Amino acid sequence: MSSRYSVLQLLRQGIAGHRGWTPAWRMAEPKKHYDVVIIGGGGHGLATAYYLAKRHGIRNVAVLEKGWIGGGNSGRNTTIVRSNYFFPESARIYDLALRLYEGLSEELNFNIMLSQRGLLTLAHSEAAFDLARRSVNAMLLNGVDVELLDRDQVRDEEPLLNFAADARYPIHGGYIQRRGGIARHDAVVWGYARAADALGVDIVQGCEVTGFRTVGGRIAALETNRGTIEAGRVGLVVAGHSGQLAAKAGFALPILSYALQAMVSEPIKPLLGTVVMSPTTGAYVSQSDKGELVIGAGLDLYPSYAQRGNLVTTRTILAGLAELFPSFRRLKLMRQWAGIVDVAWDYSPIIGPSPVEGLFLNCGWGTGGFKAIPAGGFVLAHCLATGAHHEFSAPFDLKRFETGALIDEAAGAGIAH
Amino acid sequence: MLIIPCPWCGPRGEHEFTYVGEAGVVRPVPSQSISDADWARYLYGKRNEKGPHRELWVHAGGCGSCLVVERDTATHAVISVAKAGEP
Repeated sequence: MSSRYSVLQLLRQGIAGHRGWTPAWRMAEPKKHYDVVIIGGGGHGLATAYYLAKRHGIRNVAVLEKGWIGGGNSGRNTTIVRSNYFFPESARIYDLALRLYEGLSEELNFNIMLSQRGLLTLAHSEAAFDLARRSVNAMLLNGVDVELLDRDQVRDEEPLLNFAADARYPIHGGYIQRRGGIARHDAVVWGYARAADALGVDIVQGCEVTGFRTVGGRIAALETNRGTIEAGRVGLVVAGHSGQLAAKAGFALPILSYALQAMVSEPIKPLLGTVVMSPTTGAYVSQSDKGELVIGAGLDLYPSYAQRGNLVTTRTILAGLAELFPSFRRLKLMRQWAGIVDVAWDYSPIIGPSPVEGLFLNCGWGTGGFKAIPAGGFVLAHCLATGAHHEFSAPFDLKRFETGALIDEAAGAGIAH
Repeated sequence: MLIIPCPWCGPRGEHEFTYVGEAGVVRPVPSQSISDADWARYLYGKRNEKGPHRELWVHAGGCGSCLVVERDTATHAVISVAKAGEP
């Protein structure tokens, strides 16, 4: 790895014409054996590897990625970070993620461009405002910083919203989490990759897992397109393809894979101060540092692995957005895309042991994986290092679907399902 | 946009249809004698196939009939459509 990034190094490299920068991580060849192998080189997988090496001293670790790191959902999300969830179990883990994000640029020596500009959730009816009040009370009890806003306070935050008397979606109020905001998604991936690599983790790209080898019900090795790799323990961190790989390992997951789409407008001057979410219309929007509006949609409501969203959902979201912000109506869209998200039946993640001994899960984040990357990696690293749950991951065990102890965050997910 | 050829109405856009779920899922009976694991499998253990997938759709914005659609989840190609309850 290259040396520590600093202003001094930037100056030196600048004087030298920026020809001296070295790759931020090695292109590792897979070894025959690792103590821990992590399948999936997205944010969660790389964060897991980093915390394994950093906090638990386990450095004989590989991250296997079938494409290139950060090329799946880590590169397809709307980069929103927040922890405004309803249930204590959720608030605890998502707030851990947000707190880790707050110190991440410094910890990784990589600027993740965290911008805590506030996350504003709108209420479009009296009933929705009542629900917002209830949510705010629950979140405050969970120790999450949210504020209930009346209509005028919402107008102070985002004056471009449609406050007309005949607005299709009138604004009754809302609530804001000031610590919420956005971060640079690629930087999170690259920062974790660089820091993990520096601690000795092998990041193996272009390596697809094709099968699992077990001995006496315990994981022993992985079959890949680059040969057999023995592993003491394995973490499965592959989001939308979790069900596919679980089937290869011989078990089913309570997960459905859907396309979740997003799009960006042409770049414009700064006009949006916060991240705005409108559960009623299903639209959520922020403005990137380049000036593009980053617009998120709801799910295409049928299972898909196609990594593209269909027009019906696009149209619904854009119609809603044009009603919310009349001044956006004439903007052109530059790109539209989708990621395949792994939605569990209670919209909460599945973390911890699987039916195969030594194989641990981190999946089911569904529509909200990006915001949880540091915590997902943190608790899975604990599971892989100790073989037992972290206190924060225990409620999200796979067994909850048999016991019935579901954590139903259908509303907290904030996205139309 | 998916175009689903309804056996009654002809080819229609996906906005007229509502997705229901995987086809061929049978509720285990009698419920008193089903283990928690089997009940969980019935409720949540869907196949989530990548590739051809048999699923139920309702032509909610059209004739209202329930259809068995075979669709490729990786390409969105509609392979076949049949009336539910018919072979």
